[in-house]
Amino acid sequence: MNINFTLISQAVAFSVFIWFTVKFVWPPLLRAIEERQKQIADGLAAGERGKKELELASHRSSEVLKEAKQRATEIITQAEKRAAEIVEEAKENAKIEGDRILVGAKAEIDHEVFAAKEALRRQIADLALAGATKILRREVDAKVHADLLASIEEELK
Amino acid sequence: MASDLELTPNSYITHHLTNLTTSVGEGPFWVLHVDTLVMSVILGILGMGSLWLVVRKATPGVPTKRQAFVELLIEFIDTQVKNTFHGNRHTFVAPAALTIFVWVLLLNTMDLLPIDIMAWVYENVFGIHNWRNVPTTDVNTTFALALSIWFLMIFFNLKVKGLGGWLFELFCTPFGKNPILWPLNLLFNVIEYVSKPLSHSLRLFGNIYAGEIIFLLLGMWAATGVAGSFFSAILGAGWAIFHILIVTLQAFIFMMLSVVYLSMAHESH
Repeated sequence: MNINFTLISQAVAFSVFIWFTVKFVWPPLLRAIEERQKQIADGLAAGERGKKELELASHRSSEVLKEAKQRATEIITQAEKRAAEIVEEAKENAKIEGDRILVGAKAEIDHEVFAAKEALRRQIADLALAGATKILRREVDAKVHADLLASIEEELK
Repeated sequence: MASDLELTPNSYITHHLTNLTTSVGEGPFWVLHVDTLVMSVILGILGMGSLWLVVRKATPGVPTKRQAFVELLIEFIDTQVKNTFHGNRHTFVAPAALTIFVWVLLLNTMDLLPIDIMAWVYENVFGIHNWRNVPTTDVNTTFALALSIWFLMIFFNLKVKGLGGWLFELFCTPFGKNPILWPLNLLFNVIEYVSKPLSHSLRLFGNIYAGEIIFLLLGMWAATGVAGSFFSAILGAGWAIFHILIVTLQAFIFMMLSVVYLSMAHESH
């Protein structure tokens, strides 16, 4: 328990060990730890950046979505309007066409009526002529009354 | 102990507390405790060497388990130092704290080895009669460490504050600059400078030495018979488990005090 030379030898050993640690043990590990800290910090920063970008992208995509919805609504409205227009137009066309057909039919009918009347008149003329001819056959010379007959025929026609 | 034919409590304890000495010169001072020196150097090389082996291949990527362990240790020490010392700790103070903690812890841990088995091994394997395997139960070790810190303290005082600054601090703190107070200040500071290494070293020495004495007393109890052996085994186990705490705590306290003293030397009052 007495103080002796051991003290000095221990102090020397102590200083050697401190020197060794200062020189060889502490710096490499500190370097490694600091390097890792930097890497982790970088990674975290990158993650943060990615998160921000994601946020931005989602914001943008929602905006785009909103716009698209708006456009779709517009298009639908337009289409509906157009459809109504088309229907209206078709109705108009149909009406015009119907009127046209009606007019045509009327004209045809008129024409038919006129033709029938004409035919009837002709037949009546023929009949009258034939009747007149039969009546006059005996007393009237065809040659003499030819111009009379022709005038009657003309009148009837 | 085989050579101790007459085994008395006195001879038993004396045997365990006697260093292997060798004389290196004239007079009582020039004596070397070979066991203390050899054990502490072996343990220091073991501790620092294994740290070095791990640290040599340290990678910033995914660490191996060993590297992770060393990193835990170093970051633990670094945190403690950072909280106390506010300079560039990486150049000296933090590595010194690591050295102190690891070395003192290993030296203290030798206390957990069963004393009589170790004595038998030293006696019969190495042929050494007196060999104390706990260097921190040698007051020379703790004084060597505390005085080294003390000299470092003075060195850093001079380096950071200069001779004038240090003298100013010696004479003008803590009570004031008034010349009447100079002797009082100086007395106060001298007492502080004397008490620091004393308390620093004797705290460690006392704790570990007392621990060893308890083990010795339990060992003596074991010599009284079967009941004594039984109880000394149980109590010895209990004391050893408790001693794990003391050993670590004392190493930690010793390191913390060193860091505190060194940071006080760096800072002006």
